[in-house]
Amino acid sequence: MSFWTRHQVFEKNSIILIVGILAVIAIGGLVEITPLFYLKSTIEVVDGIRPYTPLELTGRNIYVREGCYLCHSQMIRPLRDEVERYGHYSLAAESMYDHPHQWGSKRNGPDLARVGGKYSNDWQRDHMRDPRAVVPSSIMPGYAFLSKTPVNGAHLTEQMRLLRVVGVPYSDEQIDNATVDLAAQAASDDAGGADLQKRYPNAVLGDVAGKSSVTEEDALIAYLQHLGISVDFKLYDDKANIR
Amino acid sequence: MSVDNLHDSKIRIDEHSGTPTTGHEWDGIEELNTPLPRWWVWTFYATVIWSLAYCVVYPAWPLLHGATEGVLGWHSRAAVVQDIADLQATRAPILAKIKDAPLDSIEQNPELLAAARTVGRVAFLNNCAACHGAGAQGAKGYPNLNTDAWIWGGKLADIKTTIEHGVRWDADKQTRVSSMPAFGRDGILTPAQVSDVADYVRTMADLPDAIAPETKGEKLFNENCAACHGVNGEGNREVGAPNLFDAVWLYGSDKAVVVNRVNQGGGGVMPAWKGRLDDTTIKALTVYVHSLGGGQ
Repeated sequence: MSFWTRHQVFEKNSIILIVGILAVIAIGGLVEITPLFYLKSTIEVVDGIRPYTPLELTGRNIYVREGCYLCHSQMIRPLRDEVERYGHYSLAAESMYDHPHQWGSKRNGPDLARVGGKYSNDWQRDHMRDPRAVVPSSIMPGYAFLSKTPVNGAHLTEQMRLLRVVGVPYSDEQIDNATVDLAAQAASDDAGGADLQKRYPNAVLGDVAGKSSVTEEDALIAYLQHLGISVDFKLYDDKANIR
Repeated sequence: MSVDNLHDSKIRIDEHSGTPTTGHEWDGIEELNTPLPRWWVWTFYATVIWSLAYCVVYPAWPLLHGATEGVLGWHSRAAVVQDIADLQATRAPILAKIKDAPLDSIEQNPELLAAARTVGRVAFLNNCAACHGAGAQGAKGYPNLNTDAWIWGGKLADIKTTIEHGVRWDADKQTRVSSMPAFGRDGILTPAQVSDVADYVRTMADLPDAIAPETKGEKLFNENCAACHGVNGEGNREVGAPNLFDAVWLYGSDKAVVVNRVNQGGGGVMPAWKGRLDDTTIKALTVYVHSLGGGQ
């Protein structure tokens, strides 16, 4: 029997054909993906990356829920124009606690990988409620309803435990204090702010003091204000991480 | 008889097209064995050769402890570092002049002014325009930078300090700080008193629909507001207290707006840009903002 005759086995039996297709694709997957799990050079060793605070994590859930990644990337590519506009190119380490990552692939809006600290909370609030009030040419939809929706922290500790299973190093202390930390970060005059910053260095405190409840808008802004600020690129060695 | 022979036996020349058939036959339906166009086949071979060459020249195959490096030794991260270095080398002569020139002298030198305005404008559009507007016209709560109504001062040095350290930006220890008390929210003034003060402020500004000044409004103003905003409402840039009688209103001049500001106090927040932008860019940005029309 010639080679072509044997090939008829695949052509004439759909189950065998499917198994064959899966086997061929799996080879591609093994070659392209598996090394990323064992090669030490995949994720840079940098200081400053910490798991998200409960408020940031809640905001991140809203970011995912609202599909922000459909129009905003979080991936500054190592290209001159991108580095010029957005800042240092993104490192793998910067999204190592993201499950799933929010790199995105579409830029109807600007990249958000380093939006943290670029604008004030007030601006984020004005912009979220009515983007065209501050940026007349914006095509972003308004998300005013976020400011009227209290955050739902019901599954916060479960989510943190789940993330721990997949490798995010949340401590028992962090998980036990999730609800306290969420409230503390939202209201900057809360005494719990110091405890929070001990558990999560560089956590930016919010400014919702005086409001009756923490809203989804507050959480989303806390998340945005944390994006891209963890690594101190003055200390980062570009040459050591060339690849 | 093998299947191949079975097919071979069915290969025939199609009478309509003159092309041979494949020999496959399913329920009387046959298939023409039209050869692929020659150009397509050669392009295909070329891409195969290209991909093999690519594997040799560029980083390609993962190994146990790394990956093949490629004979060119090219890395995307090294390439961007080189690109940025080349860019900086191109800009270096003029940027070095901006860097070395005293801040006050840049506007006297047409060449430096033009360069600083170009660099400053790009930085402005990327970083500042979201709040202050693409034309620096400002928006409600975000100051217009084309006027001479400066909250923290319109001299070059003042503008530079504001850009570097921001306003009420907690992460920067040298940020500009002032905090107008929340007269209403914190119960310093009663709602009636807040209303009187608001009326008085609007009278001071000569607004067409202002209600005639009341003595108690003036008294309340002098007791609570004049320390920062001045007896005549002329403001004080040392503490970031805006002028209250000019035509520029950061949040609006309606009575409800003025009442709300007196009730809530506080003020806007501007991020600190030192560290985020390099010093030369901040210098250029300072000159750009200063040259927009309101510079002092």
